[in-house]
Amino acid sequence: MSSNPTGGPTAGTPVGGRSSTHYVAPLDETPLVSVDAVKVAEKRSNLWIDAWQDVRRRPMFWISAALILVVALVALFPGLFTQTPPNNNCILGNSNGGPADGHPLGFTKQGCDIYSRIVHGTSTSLSVGFIVIVLTSTLGILFGAFAGFYGGWVDAVLSRLGDIFFSIPYILAAVVIMSVLSQYRSVWSISLAIGIFAWPSTARVLRSEILRVKNADFVMASTALGLSRFKILLKHVLPNSIAPVIVITTISLAGAIVAEASLSFLGVGLGSNIMSWGNDINQAQNDLRTAPQTLILPSIALSVTVFAFISLGEVVRDALDPKARALR
Amino acid sequence: MTGYIFRRILQAIPVFLGTTFLIYFMVFAMPGDPIVALFGDKTPNPAVVAQLRAQYHLDQPFIVQYLIYLGGIFRGDFGLSFSGEPVTAILARTFPVTARLAILALLFETFFGILVGLVSGLRKGKLFDASSLAVSLILISLPIFVIAFVGQYVFGVWLGWARTTVSSGAPLQDLILPALVLASVSFAQIVRLTRASVIETSGLDFVRTAYSKGLSSRRVIPVHILRNSLIPVVTYLATDFGVLLVGATITEGIFNVPGVGNTLYQAIIRGEGPTVVSFVTVMVLIYLVVNILVDLFYGLLDPRIRYVK
Repeated sequence: MSSNPTGGPTAGTPVGGRSSTHYVAPLDETPLVSVDAVKVAEKRSNLWIDAWQDVRRRPMFWISAALILVVALVALFPGLFTQTPPNNNCILGNSNGGPADGHPLGFTKQGCDIYSRIVHGTSTSLSVGFIVIVLTSTLGILFGAFAGFYGGWVDAVLSRLGDIFFSIPYILAAVVIMSVLSQYRSVWSISLAIGIFAWPSTARVLRSEILRVKNADFVMASTALGLSRFKILLKHVLPNSIAPVIVITTISLAGAIVAEASLSFLGVGLGSNIMSWGNDINQAQNDLRTAPQTLILPSIALSVTVFAFISLGEVVRDALDPKARALR
Repeated sequence: MTGYIFRRILQAIPVFLGTTFLIYFMVFAMPGDPIVALFGDKTPNPAVVAQLRAQYHLDQPFIVQYLIYLGGIFRGDFGLSFSGEPVTAILARTFPVTARLAILALLFETFFGILVGLVSGLRKGKLFDASSLAVSLILISLPIFVIAFVGQYVFGVWLGWARTTVSSGAPLQDLILPALVLASVSFAQIVRLTRASVIETSGLDFVRTAYSKGLSSRRVIPVHILRNSLIPVVTYLATDFGVLLVGATITEGIFNVPGVGNTLYQAIIRGEGPTVVSFVTVMVLIYLVVNILVDLFYGLLDPRIRYVK
């Protein structure tokens, strides 16, 4: 074919009784020059390394990471922070009392040590948060990945199913479930009640990201190399669309902590035998005029924890999404 | 447009059936016999039990029970509350109050949110921008009942500017504090949305053209920048209205606003299961209908939505 200098049509050799015509454009080949050389020595980079480079320069990241570390320590080893038992040794004579020796934050209405109750309530909040995100990310990734990647009727069925759960505001749904499960109030049941209705947002985020990724060239290349559909999803599409899922998971951890506190505050959450900030806030609400500290102090603990996870989620989003980075 | 409306309503049907089925299933397929529970510790007369069972269709298979319940919803029958009053009658009394509160909150968050977001976006990276971002982050992190109690304590108890609870009849001046509390979270979201959108629009070519043909910023900012930045904000506001109509349970409870949310709040606190369920059903229906209206409205605003298959 290179023997045809004009690049015009050439009659091809008939194959199987059919003849075909080829058009070949004239080609000016330039030799490889130094700019074409691939710099192998250059530092490796990918989305995650870039994100880390961005995140480590932001004070907000270190603040929220430090807060989360402290909260996690308190949750895992409450004994390191207080020796006062949260439930025993409550003296009614101390009811709603101010700070005293060995009781830095004063006393609740029942005369229990507020500081100790806050310390022991931490693990409840964090456990609910973590169980819920394990639930939401498992369900969300399963539904979102299959719906987005396989499309067609799989997508239609899974997305409508997600719509049903998405249409019921999850606090309302959790209220119903917890009223039904009033006999079985525990960290597990409340996490189930929150998580079972909170997953569709994760699924939606992942689905739209997969719709974007699955048309990329590397997916077509894997198909051409003969990889099975499922392996392509697992090895190439999912790792490349997981970034927004990580962000929404961090933020929904904060949401789950708020949901637990709200349900306990409404009195349909955890039983009063379980230490929980929401329960303490609920107990304190009638004394807002006379003893606001019994309500404000657990609220501060709750808000600081939620703040730490939300700001971590936002810093990570800024780092992973170039469009969000431009807004800073 | 007619095709779009038709398609959108058609899509809502399975979701409607699914949500009602789910709520019904959650409550009625759970362990425990509701009729036996009615008698507490006493041993009930079997004839009475059988009669009650037939009266509440509990002797029918589950799917028949659900269909009877669904038929009731279509006839506007949402059941009775614990005190024997029809749920629809309670709704007729409480819904106007909730709607008033929601509209007030919507006005607050729209006005302040867009104002702060616009200034923030125009002064990106300056002190005002940084502080408004910090405030919005804090507001998003605060659970609504914390904001409500702090508002109640600061404005009601400490400064004495507002009543801590709403008096009967819910006059407008009493609703201001609950509406501000309700608006606070969405305010933070609107600030962020407006800011992001304003920053994006300010960099577009038509804004540069407007400035270079000699228009003053007094004209460019409201007409060219703001108007073109508002589409995502309007969508958010419309969706938020649905959330405000159903999601005010905690705020209404704390401020004792005699609205739909408060009725649900009282029912939850007193443990009145059936009332809770019928109210949640009604709220989910309101939420669904408002969302359909929002989508139709959005289709009207943005032709691209309408034509997507």
